[in-house]
Amino acid sequence: MLISNIDVIPGKNIVQHIGLVQGSTVRAKHVGKDILAGLRNIVGGELSAYTELLQESRQSATDRMIAQAQDLGANAIINIRFSTAAIAAGASEILAYGTAVIID
Amino acid sequence: MTNLIILITMIVMGFYFGRVAERRHYSSLSSREKAFRELQVLTIRRPPNIHREYHSNLVCGSTVVSVDFFKVFIAGFKNIIGGRLTAYESLLERARREAILRMQEHALRLGATMIINARFETSRVSGNASQGIGSVEILAYGTALSLNTAKPPIPDR
Repeated sequence: MLISNIDVIPGKNIVQHIGLVQGSTVRAKHVGKDILAGLRNIVGGELSAYTELLQESRQSATDRMIAQAQDLGANAIINIRFSTAAIAAGASEILAYGTAVIID
Repeated sequence: MTNLIILITMIVMGFYFGRVAERRHYSSLSSREKAFRELQVLTIRRPPNIHREYHSNLVCGSTVVSVDFFKVFIAGFKNIIGGRLTAYESLLERARREAILRMQEHALRLGATMIINARFETSRVSGNASQGIGSVEILAYGTALSLNTAKPPIPDR
């Protein structure tokens, strides 16, 4: 599965456009990490626990999107976009979406 | 009275540690940016010289940063009179540069020579709306291009 956020896959021709595919995940923060992050809010700086959490979530959103594209018979996804929204205190949704295509 | 002492302690701690961390981060950012200067990051949507054979790969880098208590305090005052909130500006600038560097690191692991269509996304992470911005996540993503002669891409995302 080739994935990219540009309109083309370099060196390949798009044979068929299949359509929009998406994958999303909603993650809540860990209580222990939340307390640590609260302390970190006093001195500022990077919250590496959250960075990791969001990276994992984004990975699983991407994986779900890829799974959906595979179900539709695509072999590449182009024009991928990410979007994040805090939906409640401590929980955020991560969405990945793109266009599934068949390349030769 | 106790509350006041706690508040002042938090502001002083925020001022001191925040400033030390900021200075250290700025110097580390500029040295790493110098090292990665070879890898171009562009916002164009199509690969230049489209006939060349490239591998393409999605790369991302992200970071979550939180503002220190001193800056929250200062920004609270600044909110009354309006104008630029320099305290938050420097925080977001650092975070965005850090995210670009992580994206570049990811691209270099894949043997890329350039990143095109780089995009940013910013979102709030913390839930407490009463306390200013709290912590924000900055994501940078793009398509890494590597020449076909290089080794095939490793799907380590």
